[in-house]
Amino acid sequence: MSDSKDIELGNSKQEFTITVYTENQIGILNRIAIIFSRRKINIESLNVSPSEIEHIHRFNILITETEDVVKKLARQIEKQVEVLKVYANTNDDIIWQELALYKVPTEIVAEKVFVERLLRENGARVVVIRKNYTIFETTGHRSETDKLIEVLQPYGLIEFVRSARVAIIKDSEGFNSKLREFERLEPGQEVIENEFLDKEKNVFTM
Amino acid sequence: METVQEEAATLAQPKKTTTVTGSVALLEGLIAEGTETIFGYPGGAIMPIYDAIYDYKDKLNHILVRHEQCAAHAAQGFARTSGKVGVVFATSGPGATNLITGLADAQIDSTPLVCITGQVFATLLGTDAFQETDVINISAPVTKWNYQVTDASEIPAALAKAFYIARSGRPGPVLIDITKNAQMQLFEYEGYTPCNHIRSYRPKPIVRNEYIEQAAALINSAKKPFILFGQGVLLGSAEQEFKAFVEKSGIPAAWTILGAGAIPTDHPLNVGMLGMHGNYGPNVQTNSCDVMIAIGMRFDDRVTGRLDKYAKQAKVVHLDIDPAEIDKNVKADVPVWGDCKETLPLLTALITERTHEAWLAEFKAFEKIEQEELIQKELDPQTGELTMGEVINQLNFLTKGEAVIVSDVGQHQMVACRYGKLNTTRLSVTSGGLGTMGFGLPAAIGAKFGAPNRTVIAVIGDGGFQMTLQELGTIMQFGVDVKILILNNQFLGMVRQWQQLFNEKRYSFVDITSPDFVKLADSYSIAGKRVTEREDLIPGLEEMLSNPGSFLLEVMVAKEHNVFPMVPQGSSVSEIRLK
Repeated sequence: MSDSKDIELGNSKQEFTITVYTENQIGILNRIAIIFSRRKINIESLNVSPSEIEHIHRFNILITETEDVVKKLARQIEKQVEVLKVYANTNDDIIWQELALYKVPTEIVAEKVFVERLLRENGARVVVIRKNYTIFETTGHRSETDKLIEVLQPYGLIEFVRSARVAIIKDSEGFNSKLREFERLEPGQEVIENEFLDKEKNVFTM
Repeated sequence: METVQEEAATLAQPKKTTTVTGSVALLEGLIAEGTETIFGYPGGAIMPIYDAIYDYKDKLNHILVRHEQCAAHAAQGFARTSGKVGVVFATSGPGATNLITGLADAQIDSTPLVCITGQVFATLLGTDAFQETDVINISAPVTKWNYQVTDASEIPAALAKAFYIARSGRPGPVLIDITKNAQMQLFEYEGYTPCNHIRSYRPKPIVRNEYIEQAAALINSAKKPFILFGQGVLLGSAEQEFKAFVEKSGIPAAWTILGAGAIPTDHPLNVGMLGMHGNYGPNVQTNSCDVMIAIGMRFDDRVTGRLDKYAKQAKVVHLDIDPAEIDKNVKADVPVWGDCKETLPLLTALITERTHEAWLAEFKAFEKIEQEELIQKELDPQTGELTMGEVINQLNFLTKGEAVIVSDVGQHQMVACRYGKLNTTRLSVTSGGLGTMGFGLPAAIGAKFGAPNRTVIAVIGDGGFQMTLQELGTIMQFGVDVKILILNNQFLGMVRQWQQLFNEKRYSFVDITSPDFVKLADSYSIAGKRVTEREDLIPGLEEMLSNPGSFLLEVMVAKEHNVFPMVPQGSSVSEIRLK
């Protein structure tokens, strides 16, 4: 699951991305959120949006914790009636991105050629240009979106917003086939995985 | 699976419907689920349901409690003795918030409840309307599931889900909040269809044979195996399967307070109670066993004491229906996920029939020490002040282990659990995980409805009794035959014990005065008696038990008596103190 021995022992904190598939039900966000707040664990970023499957939502929750704690949290989340499946992954196991928007005065961008160069270097795209302001967009890891803040700050950055992390699990085979299993009265064993049997896998599940 | 033709036929013939209100659909659903008794309290936002139940008095027995918290506890008592789902009605706002303690208790002790709360009109949600409270969010952490109904047509399916979730898997409390408009609204009712599947919910994990085999191998090779069992055995109705497993394996078995009675107190392999005030042997031997088999128990901190010194030498086999319990507190070497009613017979089939005489003799030796140094003095002091232990002991002689013992929380609870004789399952009702003072009296009311043919004795302290004594009114009004046994030490005894042992006797607000309990009972037309002398104890208990109907017996016990053995907080179980 990870390179460091400490992390294998489960007692060293690192970033975990928890992916949760849930029914689209009012209240489930609160039920999941209080599992963290009850234990005084801060959610660093949270994305909830419809998944590729109708009526099913996908959460991406980013926390910094030990593997032991994350496993327990994952099981508590999966225990919720309206939760279908929980995965917890280290950064090695996932591909992730964050989206950021930057609002800067148009006059500065228009006047200062090197701003344009900086933006290009940082992979920013223009979303809108108005008389008073221009909005740029970048996607990337936290450090990348942070860097562009620093770059734009001297040039009158008016407003900045960043999305939560969204992540794809490298080893995932998708959720469609699993869902069909859940819909059966007696789901097969392949979907009710057991983490104790699947230790060698990068994805641990309930 | 329906064939296409059948499906088409069903579609062609529209289902017969009747036009009913949401309230009627609710009551019809409750009846379809086998509900007979409801514990509740009316109020503005649940009035349409109460109007409907007026016409259902012959089918549904509604017990009007005196406080909504007690409706929840009564439903818990009912669920514990009957094995069925307890049903509660309460109104919005304060009615709903008053349920929270009961829900929290039921959640931590895995008790199946379906609570129906009234809610303000859907159009008023979020306006701070009269008696509006956000009960869905307030109750989220203390319910297994909850749901707000705003349209009558949702009621049958929501109720079916509620019952299914409450009783399946690891049971727990469920709350359905129904807005007043939905209760009144007329809709086309198609009848009630019970729920047996929710795609996002798996009540039990699939049993994996590899773990059964690994567990059996460990058990077969063990020299000092030790069984710890909890309420899971009762909740899974696996008492017979458990007994077969214990007897074939010949392994000594100790219980958590919620597991009490899964095998009879007198069973030769029942070695006693675990935990802070459990028996000497089971606590000490926890740190000597080589294989620990935990069945339907969750390693609560009151059972384990200091975790880093808990059974470190042992291989742990953990049988549990709830995957979240595996490795939560104690790391399992072999996790046997599943319903113990299924896993235990599989395990029993693979184990060799053995006796562990030398190992059992060690338990006997510890038991002898505990008997001589402690239990004898506690149960038969002969002189001096009355002890709680001797009251329970005399009660055992009279009930012969056939009565339901409901206890409240505190010293008397530990004594009742330690010494109460239980011949069979579902005879002990207590607030284990939450430790809710005031639980005893209302739970006893419910316990009586759950086990109408048994004597139900509520053993309560003078402190806890004063938390919910208004339920004497319920007992009076509905003629509930509950025997109330108050063990009065004129203190909040457990806190006083801790203050004596750990706070240099700085008795801070533990000195509690009581009203005249017998007079109080009398004002509710409940017969009563007060016992202060030893020679009056047995006649008093006899009078209580033989009295037709409820009775309150107050026994004045030693003021500053401590419950031992005790594993002090922060100590290892093997550091258990006998004095």
